[in-house]
Amino acid sequence: MTFVDYYKILGINKSATPKDIKNAYRKLARKHHPDLNPNDKDAKKNFQQINEANEVLSDPEKRKKFDQYGKDWQHAEEFEKQKQYQQQSSGTRGTRSSGAQSGSDFSDFFESMFGSSTGSGRQAKYRGEDYNAEIHLNLIDAFETHQQTLTVNGKKIRITIPAGIENGQIIKIPGHGGPGINGGPNGDLYIEFSISNHSILKRLGNNLYANIDLDIYKAVLGGEITIDTLNGQVKLKVKPETQNGSRIKLKGKGFPVYKNEGQFGDLLVTFSIRIPTNLTDQQKELFKQLAKT
Amino acid sequence: MKTDHLIPLDVFCTSNDIEISFISSLHEAGLIEITTVEEAGFFDTEQLQQLDRYLRFYYELNINLEGIDAIKHLLNRVNEMHDQITALKNRLRLYESDFH
Repeated sequence: MTFVDYYKILGINKSATPKDIKNAYRKLARKHHPDLNPNDKDAKKNFQQINEANEVLSDPEKRKKFDQYGKDWQHAEEFEKQKQYQQQSSGTRGTRSSGAQSGSDFSDFFESMFGSSTGSGRQAKYRGEDYNAEIHLNLIDAFETHQQTLTVNGKKIRITIPAGIENGQIIKIPGHGGPGINGGPNGDLYIEFSISNHSILKRLGNNLYANIDLDIYKAVLGGEITIDTLNGQVKLKVKPETQNGSRIKLKGKGFPVYKNEGQFGDLLVTFSIRIPTNLTDQQKELFKQLAKT
Repeated sequence: MKTDHLIPLDVFCTSNDIEISFISSLHEAGLIEITTVEEAGFFDTEQLQQLDRYLRFYYELNINLEGIDAIKHLLNRVNEMHDQITALKNRLRLYESDFH
């Protein structure tokens, strides 16, 4: 556990007045507040530090204790034990004075020095912290509606993941974030989906894309091929004289449309024509004849 | 009229220790919608998170209404750009493996 210099965090010196502390806190809070920096984990961490520094330095009693022990915070343990004994004797119970959405996490240093629930503010209700989680799926998982069980803060929650969920999409599970403070509502759980690509099929929106190798003979003469899709094999007619890079569309063979049951995108197949290698003399001769025609 | 999804303004203001005039100012600035049922003011539960955020801006960060309005627009733009980046990343994934 390392010493945390709360003055340094707020960018003030030890002689700072309560007004200086308030101004420094507000200036930094406006810069790093999670509400103003969506999806920025660093900002959230910074804001927690700023909030913690303000929690200590804006409270005369805590500031005095911090100033008194400073880097020798380990010695504060004895002080804390004595104080706890006094609190128990008088029947008082502290509450956290600030916290809001994301101020409920304190550093080990803070917990060690001031305990996990000390403070002296008003009993205001605060909404719990929002949680962020990431779920990794492969393309086949995302193709069908399915359920998954997550463990959040020791609690198991079962969520339904609708078919067609997009890579990078975020869904909100209301009330499954951190618990509210002083009876405030729970925060929400935000889940971001990371969907890995398939080895053959690639997805863009509701459409799937596939590059299919085609031998030169079938490309020239036409024929039939079988390709794998996410819901089975599909037979495909190849027109004679199919060109390299030409594309065909298989309607409704793409990805399910999110929250629109029964609707699918298209599968777009691009042909890559393979030139034969290791030709025999006879084959080379036949190609020469073709070249002369 | 069903009011299940509506939160009475006076209850919200009392429990959060805030003045009802502040909520009215937010409404006048077009930041939240207020529904009136039998002369009583309500807001939709869907706006609760947004309202909570505005209260933090105002009371904790000392940002005035004009500032909140500007932040709202900027955050909307940030979110739109975030969605665009996600869409572009997904489009890029389509070509990525072709160059490896």
